[in-house]
Amino acid sequence: MLEPVNVLMAGVGGQGTILASKVLAGAAEKAGYDLKVSEVHGMAQRGGSVVTQVRLGEKVHSPLIGEKTADIILAFEKLEGLRLLPFLKPGGTMIINDQEIPPAPVLAGAVEYPAGIIAHIRAVAPDTVVVDALGLAAACGNARAANVVLLGALARRLPVGEELWQESLAAQVPARLLEVNRAAFAAGYGL
Amino acid sequence: MKELLSGNAAIARGAFEAGVTVAAAYPGTPSTEILEHFARYPGVYAEWAPNEKVALEVGIGASLAGARVLVAMKHVGVNVAADPLFTLAYTGVNGGLVLVSADDPGMHSSQNEQDNRNYARFAKIPLLEPADSREARDMVGLALDISERFDTPVMLRTTTRIAHAQSFVELKEPQPVVLRPYQKDARKYLMVPGYARPRRAVLAGRLLELEQYTESGPVNFIEWRERQVGIITGGVCYQYVREVLPQASVLKLGMSHPFPRNLVREFASGVGNLYVVEELDPFIEEQVRMLGIHVKGREIIPGIGELDPVLVARHFVAAGVPAVLAGEEVTEAAAGATAGLPEAPAAPARPPVLCPGCPHRGLFYVLRRLKLMVTGDIGCYTLAGLPPLEAMDSCICMGASIGAAHGAEKASLERHGHTVAVIGDSTFFHSGITGLLNMVYNGGGGTVVIVDNRTTAMTGHQPHPGTGTTLMGCPAPAVDLEMLARALGVKRVKVVDPLDLRRVEEVMREEVAAPETSLVIARRSCVLLTRPAGPPAWVRADACKGCRSCIRLGCPALSLRDVEAASGGTPPGKDGKSASKKVAVVDQLTCTGCGLCVQVCKNGALQRGEDNVGTG
Ligand SMILES: Cc1ncc(C[n+]2csc(CCOP(=O)(O)OP(=O)(O)O)c2C)c(N)n1
Repeated sequence: MLEPVNVLMAGVGGQGTILASKVLAGAAEKAGYDLKVSEVHGMAQRGGSVVTQVRLGEKVHSPLIGEKTADIILAFEKLEGLRLLPFLKPGGTMIINDQEIPPAPVLAGAVEYPAGIIAHIRAVAPDTVVVDALGLAAACGNARAANVVLLGALARRLPVGEELWQESLAAQVPARLLEVNRAAFAAGYGL
Repeated sequence: MKELLSGNAAIARGAFEAGVTVAAAYPGTPSTEILEHFARYPGVYAEWAPNEKVALEVGIGASLAGARVLVAMKHVGVNVAADPLFTLAYTGVNGGLVLVSADDPGMHSSQNEQDNRNYARFAKIPLLEPADSREARDMVGLALDISERFDTPVMLRTTTRIAHAQSFVELKEPQPVVLRPYQKDARKYLMVPGYARPRRAVLAGRLLELEQYTESGPVNFIEWRERQVGIITGGVCYQYVREVLPQASVLKLGMSHPFPRNLVREFASGVGNLYVVEELDPFIEEQVRMLGIHVKGREIIPGIGELDPVLVARHFVAAGVPAVLAGEEVTEAAAGATAGLPEAPAAPARPPVLCPGCPHRGLFYVLRRLKLMVTGDIGCYTLAGLPPLEAMDSCICMGASIGAAHGAEKASLERHGHTVAVIGDSTFFHSGITGLLNMVYNGGGGTVVIVDNRTTAMTGHQPHPGTGTTLMGCPAPAVDLEMLARALGVKRVKVVDPLDLRRVEEVMREEVAAPETSLVIARRSCVLLTRPAGPPAWVRADACKGCRSCIRLGCPALSLRDVEAASGGTPPGKDGKSASKKVAVVDQLTCTGCGLCVQVCKNGALQRGEDNVGTG
């Protein structure tokens, strides 16, 4: 693999994007890749958008991904997927959680939550995978594992072997929750 | 062993490996985690100072006493610490001292963007800039060596994308800690005019020596590749250049002050076209120009905000220099607009907001109701200045609220009774005490509110002098704000619970009307550090008129929904009316039961969770 793979994770504070990026980083490290993981702390955490950028490859220079250069976007929330769509490269993959979390201006009634997000994303990015992560995670026994369902869907599309994902997952989640998380991961991996 | 470390964790590691035993800082994004990481290493001392000036002064003392020292702050913190810094450049150090300045191009979490490389030049001290975590770790040790060898403080400047980006670092063993002996030397350390004048000359001589050093130092180097295009760059921009101009020759400046003039001349004469890639100010570019060398920098890349590889590629392509992205050449068309794609639905912003149950909300709701001019300050509570609360008129820098309120009142008597300063507890200890002292001393009739949530919430809940604990987890005396205010001469001091709207309003009316300085302490712990106040509120849908009073609180747990869509929090079987009505809905997962919406509702629709009988 000559060129690095660029992954963007987008969500809302509290959705578990940080854990997902840690598991990804751990698996990529085990696979022997060079890595850069970039996120913004601070103001962004008070209910704002949260974006993590992960790049893996033989040699990675820039910690940042620019517009139209993400190979895969993993959107934990629909609006955040829409917001980051300009970063997807032509022919790139969008994995998007079918969940709506209304932002403050929508709650305040100033604007409507946009309709037709998925249709638009599909029109721009034919390789779009819509995931009912909450539903799948609940079926595995804990809706909170929705982030790991999404991670599973991402995992199958990255050049990192499944056993490395499993090791990394086990290293990041508490033992008592491992079983649920393994099931959630498998549910996503099959998509 | 190699580890994936953020730039901040790497700086902490570098300090530990290089034998730093004392570190001081005041939190501020993107620098905060440096001290949090460093404090966990064995055998070190680390503290949160109340502000950056004190942090640097603590560092100066520790250096005098012979220790290696790390002092860290965000870019604007250096404004606060500038006074000791400029004279520290005269005295020099005993133990090595590195000052980390974490800049925030693009203002991810800051009130401005400023290029602190200028400070190094202004204060006449060496400047190091890492381009990834490994360099960040290495440069801490290098900075300390330079500091001791040349007898000077050294600035290590990072930016958000260095501080908060993780990359691999090969860990090293810590070197043995050596405490240099202290020797009294008034001519070096006692800066009165008679002693400072000779030190000014020492400073000039030291800079000359550093100019020699920077030419051959280990962190300034040329990477020769194709000679047509030559780029001078440093920091994270080096990575962008390597990414998009992989064939270009590069002069990487890890130390851009003092400026390696000969190295720059050598590089410039070896390449066809010379460019500088840097964020914010044309710091390198101007120094190149001063050598009489033709160079392009700001001419092709703007100096506002943050860069990324795609932006760098676009600007070069627009200037006629081929660039690549993901291994493919960027064409002008592809680098440009998104022609031919279907038009996207507008994506509403997702700004940060006060949390559900945040105690700040109650106070600002009342201030807004009373239509007061609110001079504000910096912290989570600044979010109350945004819609829908919109209860803050100004925010400049930490501590500015109190002076500003006082000045407004002095400018116009009509402001009396209509103006209030609001400041957080950590911010008050940082730089509010002097403002309050000034107000009392100069006969101000202003009202100051300290929103005392018992923590430094904005930057991630650091302890401060009011919390009773320290960074290292030791118990500490907690400042008694009431007594402190009285000692400053404030006669009117009141404490209120910001979630008790009626009482807050009563107190605020009284205090703004009072002719003398008054202090109101709105005290309640940050909701993220406490258990929920009670069970979540709920809505009697038949009583809700959809009047939006509660929505004006700006609570993310509250929204208006169409009746049939409204399920959470609505006891079933109570509506049965037409479908078009909008009613308030309380999100049962995030509501903390703070009760503000219940107090605000005029129709008795919002109910306290305790009263939610029979719906369990
Ligand atoms: C000079 C300076 N140092 C640090 C910061 C970063 N900063 C912004 S607000 C804040 C503290 C806020 O704490 P507090 O006043 O208690 O308000 P809270 O966030 O808890 O509501 C800090 C450290 C800054 N903006 N300026």
